[in-house]
Amino acid sequence: MYKAMLFALLAVSAAAAAATPRETINAYAVEAVRQSPGFQPSARRGAEFYARRFAVSDKMPACTACHTDSPAQPGRHAVTGKAIKPLAPRAEAARFTDPAKTEKWFRRNCTEVLGRECSAAEKADFIQFLAEGL
Amino acid sequence: MRAALLPLFAGAILAISLPARADRLPVPADAPASFKAECGGCHLPFPPALLTAPDWKRVMARLDKHYGDNASLDEKTRRELEDFLVRNAAGNGRMAGQGDPPRLTASAWFQREHRKVPASLWRDARVKSASNCSACHSRAEQGSYRGREIALPELREKH
Repeated sequence: MYKAMLFALLAVSAAAAAATPRETINAYAVEAVRQSPGFQPSARRGAEFYARRFAVSDKMPACTACHTDSPAQPGRHAVTGKAIKPLAPRAEAARFTDPAKTEKWFRRNCTEVLGRECSAAEKADFIQFLAEGL
Repeated sequence: MRAALLPLFAGAILAISLPARADRLPVPADAPASFKAECGGCHLPFPPALLTAPDWKRVMARLDKHYGDNASLDEKTRRELEDFLVRNAAGNGRMAGQGDPPRLTASAWFQREHRKVPASLWRDARVKSASNCSACHSRAEQGSYRGREIALPELREKH
């Protein structure tokens, strides 16, 4: 009983805890390795993904539609015009430090732009590029 | 004496039937944290007083088809936000949105408040969308919509 409670407490504090972008990349990389052994996050693949035109959505054909060609620059929502802070952690320190928020936006934006959810490997590559550049 | 009081009386009735101050629309104090985080994720978290309670219920019932976007939320957050929006909704029929889901930019009140804005300006690259309040109202995030705060110089002259 005591052990179960301690475990639950740990799980709750882990869920609420902030992460660094590096920890977020590692968490996705661990999941990606399970699906494809030997996986290593790649900033180059992430950059290619960031710039790719998926063309599933007219108004949001690519990540760049809202986040601009340079993720260190502020962006703008393609439909509402709302200002978006830079996506790159080097320009906006809070990026990829809240795992629940990161997951939420991947789910939303991948569904919108790619027409499907992103894989753990794609997410790890994507943040690797944003955190470290090319 | 009686004649002198009449405008005052009319003013009091008007004050009851219209929003307190059209240029002050602060976020209500009972806003849950999810209001800014979720509603404010893609657009300015719109003042709940800009739509009626039935309008907000219709908006919140179809978050998967949210003006062309999928804005689905978990049920707990969805319910919390709907309750907040309904609690603070407009009681005035002039704030009733039009369309399905209802657009607050199409209410009789909104249209009248913006009647001097030329059609071309709504399509201006700086504005993009009528729902982009901050494009013109530089202090919209703080709940202030005063004429002299309007960011576009060609509009400021009209106020």
